[in-house]
Amino acid sequence: MTKTVVSFDQAIQELEEIVRQLEQGDVPLEDAISLYKKGMELSTVCHDKLHNAEKQLISLMDNNGDKVPFNSPEKEDSSK
Amino acid sequence: MNYVKTNEVKTGKIKGEAVFLIERLLLYFFIVRSLCVTTSYLTVKALTKYIKRKFDADPHLRNVYVKGELSNVKIHTSGHIYFTIKDDKARISAVMFATQAKNLKFRPESGMNVLVQGDVTVYEGPGQYQIYAQVMQPDGIGELFVAFEQLKEKLAKEGLFQTSRKKQIPRFPQTIGVITATTGAAIRDIITTLSRRYPMAEVIVFPALVQGSAAAPSIVKALKQANAYADLDVCIVGRGGGSIEDLWAFNEEIVAREIANSNVPIISAIGHETDTTIADFVSDLRAPTPTAAAELAVPNQLELLQLVTNRKSQIVSIVTATLSNERKRLTRVMSAYPIAYPERLYRPFVENLTRISEQLEKNGRTIINQKQQLLIQHKARLTLQNPQRLVKQQQNELQVNIERLNVAAKKNIQIKGVLFSNVIQLLEALNPLKIMDRGYSITYQNNQVIKSIKEIDPNKPLHIKLQDGVIVASINSINKQSKGEST
Repeated sequence: MTKTVVSFDQAIQELEEIVRQLEQGDVPLEDAISLYKKGMELSTVCHDKLHNAEKQLISLMDNNGDKVPFNSPEKEDSSK
Repeated sequence: MNYVKTNEVKTGKIKGEAVFLIERLLLYFFIVRSLCVTTSYLTVKALTKYIKRKFDADPHLRNVYVKGELSNVKIHTSGHIYFTIKDDKARISAVMFATQAKNLKFRPESGMNVLVQGDVTVYEGPGQYQIYAQVMQPDGIGELFVAFEQLKEKLAKEGLFQTSRKKQIPRFPQTIGVITATTGAAIRDIITTLSRRYPMAEVIVFPALVQGSAAAPSIVKALKQANAYADLDVCIVGRGGGSIEDLWAFNEEIVAREIANSNVPIISAIGHETDTTIADFVSDLRAPTPTAAAELAVPNQLELLQLVTNRKSQIVSIVTATLSNERKRLTRVMSAYPIAYPERLYRPFVENLTRISEQLEKNGRTIINQKQQLLIQHKARLTLQNPQRLVKQQQNELQVNIERLNVAAKKNIQIKGVLFSNVIQLLEALNPLKIMDRGYSITYQNNQVIKSIKEIDPNKPLHIKLQDGVIVASINSINKQSKGEST
């Protein structure tokens, strides 16, 4: 499968849709198998996206409308 | 003392009545005092009871409306609330019993300005008069409260609070804006919660003042910034708890309108759960606290991971079930009568074919027999018509004829022989050569018998045949013979 960039939202929506279609039953076998393949790919995409995001990107919009890194107050907390 | 029982007092007569009562009271005290001096002393209890009766009898001390500041608020475990209401000139003890206290929408605190409605009476033990509060509500908002209600009504009329206006909060935001002060509990709570639940999303903080007169314009500016920033999926606007004055920026019209106009869905998170601001009414989703706002803004990543895993196993189990069903179906179909016993499908045809073949063979044989018989018949007839016999017959006939011919021919030859010898005899008698014996000769020229002088070529020799030889003679002259003369 060609790697296209999909958002997590799209991926999980498609995944839900696939589950819904499969749950409806009376899906022809060929379709069920292609849905299965697509579902597996999507679940991997979702899984990867969820796994890879461990640290949040936090930035601050300054007065000039520029994004600058923002030191999370959480860090201050953890230093306590 | 009957007059103290005068309960029904018409409002028009209140002033006159009061003056009358005071006069009577003073008079009575003087009498009592003179009595005490001379005769006996009242007990404290009796005096207090008397005073209490006075209080209870006074309609002006019933259903009194008092406003003031709370102090010494004590909430008893029983639910009764004991407190003092004061202003800069005076104070009065008060109590609110649990029955009424449970209806309070707020928690009374010292320093809070309140409006109290209740009855004033005497608590005999400590000899205190106090107000028994029936209803209590916060005061001191004053103009702000009025402003709040007025703006709320105005914006509600414009339809800015309508549910139909509320934008959907995306389920899985990729970029989350946060409009609040860069310091304080609110930003910490929001970022901590977002990081804990959904580190996938990017967070952009749009700093704003959230308190004081500059707060409202600052919040508006941040909202504009957030809307100008592309790809913002949702925006949290809020601050931590505080007094109504602290939160006031979120009740300002410019802030409310900016939130209403926002293209980015707004989650409001202002103060504590009990605080409700105009911003909360216009926002697309109201969160009771900043932490709650962050929880509403994003799903829990771990739960999502679980969800994805569940969906995956759902797909696997459904497809596995589908496969097994289809396999069963295939087995069922394969074991179905026609496929399992295909020969039964064509057996009737085979039988039919066999029958027809047999019939064909039988019919064929019959026809052949018939034809053979016919052939035999024809052969017999043909044999009867055999030309050999005719040939034989004809041969016999021929033989007979040949014999007859032979006989006839022989006879004929005999006859002819006789005739011939007769002719020969005659012929011999006529032979010219015989005549030559008698002196006749034959003249030839060029092997032609010369019968006339006209036939003679005088230049060529003549051959004169005689009985015993030939004379070759040349011609000297030719003389024509006159008629009647013989040679």
